[in-house]
Amino acid sequence: MTEILYPILYLFAAALYILALKWMNSPATARRGVWAGETGMLLAVVGTLLRFEVVEYHWIMLAFLVGAAIGAPLALKMPMTAVPQRTAIAQAFGALAAALIGTAELFESHPHGFTLVALTVEMLLGYVTFTASLVAFGKLQELLPGRPMTYRGQNIANLSVLAIAIALGVAMNQTVDPTAIFPFFVGFSLLFGVLLIMPIGGADMPTVIALLNSYAGLSASAMGFAFDNKLLIVAGALDGSSGLILSIIMCRAMNRSFTNVLFGAFGTLQTSAKGEVEQRPVRSASPEEAASILDAARSVIIIPGYGLAVAQAQHKLREMYDILTRRGVDVRFAIHPVAGRMPGHMNVLLAEADIPYDKMVEMDEINGEFPMCDVALVIGANDVVNPAAKNDPTSPIAGMPILEVDQARTVMIIKRGMAAGFAGIDNELYYMDKTLMLFGDAKSFVSSLVKELGAQVAA
Amino acid sequence: MHSYEVGLWIFLLAAFLGFELIRRVSPLLHTPLMSLTNAISSIAVVGAILVAGHQDASTFAKVLGCLAVTASTINAVGGYLITDRTLKMFKKRGER
Repeated sequence: MTEILYPILYLFAAALYILALKWMNSPATARRGVWAGETGMLLAVVGTLLRFEVVEYHWIMLAFLVGAAIGAPLALKMPMTAVPQRTAIAQAFGALAAALIGTAELFESHPHGFTLVALTVEMLLGYVTFTASLVAFGKLQELLPGRPMTYRGQNIANLSVLAIAIALGVAMNQTVDPTAIFPFFVGFSLLFGVLLIMPIGGADMPTVIALLNSYAGLSASAMGFAFDNKLLIVAGALDGSSGLILSIIMCRAMNRSFTNVLFGAFGTLQTSAKGEVEQRPVRSASPEEAASILDAARSVIIIPGYGLAVAQAQHKLREMYDILTRRGVDVRFAIHPVAGRMPGHMNVLLAEADIPYDKMVEMDEINGEFPMCDVALVIGANDVVNPAAKNDPTSPIAGMPILEVDQARTVMIIKRGMAAGFAGIDNELYYMDKTLMLFGDAKSFVSSLVKELGAQVAA
Repeated sequence: MHSYEVGLWIFLLAAFLGFELIRRVSPLLHTPLMSLTNAISSIAVVGAILVAGHQDASTFAKVLGCLAVTASTINAVGGYLITDRTLKMFKKRGER
């Protein structure tokens, strides 16, 4: 009886997963998508426990409890600014699970032929993604330096380690006893995961996080081939294509290729050029002056960047948004695809501060509106608004799509000092006649703006 | 047709379906999308249960299997909860 039941449960689970992704297309139905995903998972687990070859329950139940006891607080207590770190550590757990399952299967059932190939792919992706996600977590949590770590001959060294790991994987498929080669295969896979992420800087994290997401999915799919389980193949393929498409979107938003992101070590090469930048005059303004300009504006576009997250200024920004909106100013938020440390990071940050999502506008939609906009207010963003991407073909960010802030009637930039952005490139925007630099910490400056705007109401 | 051949066809179709579905997801929701797909990939728990609960499993396989069940449960529970928590924050004007 159960032998007919579990394939049906698996089939429903796969259908629910597909619906889950379909319902994610709009905020109105997205929570239904989560429900579908949860139900699908539940059906899959129940179906698996019903299978006749599964006889041992006690330890599995204990493992469920321990996993839930760790996973739930991690999800409920984690502050929203830590979402990129959480995603990285979750990927590490997922990859570790896939790798351990592959390992157990290798030693238990002495696989050969196609099954062994699938297990090898599963373990390679699993172990690489495990350490890679851990290093990404370390960088995002600032346990490790966030700047790219590079040395001469790095790419050759990294590729050699990968080549050795793959060669050992191939060798495992050629010998009588793959378990003899296994420890070396795992060692090189783990090492490659670490080396892969070391040279990646914070600005490239969105692409890399998405790519690791894709690897974790492909690893689950490979497991599906090894276990001849169609549900695993489908779920893994959905996750794999999702991660891949997100990382392609991120790459396009920076006008860079995959190989450039993974091996280009952005953000280190331009340090020498910085010295040549001459000191040029900029116009700065006090919170009082800035507030009166904002007050007089009809439309304001705010451009948030990672600096907003660092300064935790999103709630103060909401207060400012409320005051301005109440006075009939049209306030919108322009979101660059790679702003922040993971895809969609800025949207979550603003949503957390109760800013309505219909006010967050994508780059392609808002770019045509900048010429009609009275004030463009840049907070904690730099390279994504740098006109050099359009005007200077020799710039390291040449060709990268930007938010065309320079088209606005007045540009205001909240910034701590004149230091260059992540890519280490000077920004023309700061020196334009219509630009006002607002020097200070994002949170305290927005607070003073809120105070000034409030005072002007009272007056 | 071999079983792995069927598997490859399924993989191909599911991957293209995935591309079409994800392409339609608004960039607004890319962060919750990632936590959701992450939770979905913790379907690896199925493999973990098969390894840990198998009638002929050695102690070694049971230990690894149970560790894998724990790791994927952390991922699944955490992933679904945080996706829902994130999505709850997305409100239209006038909804708050």
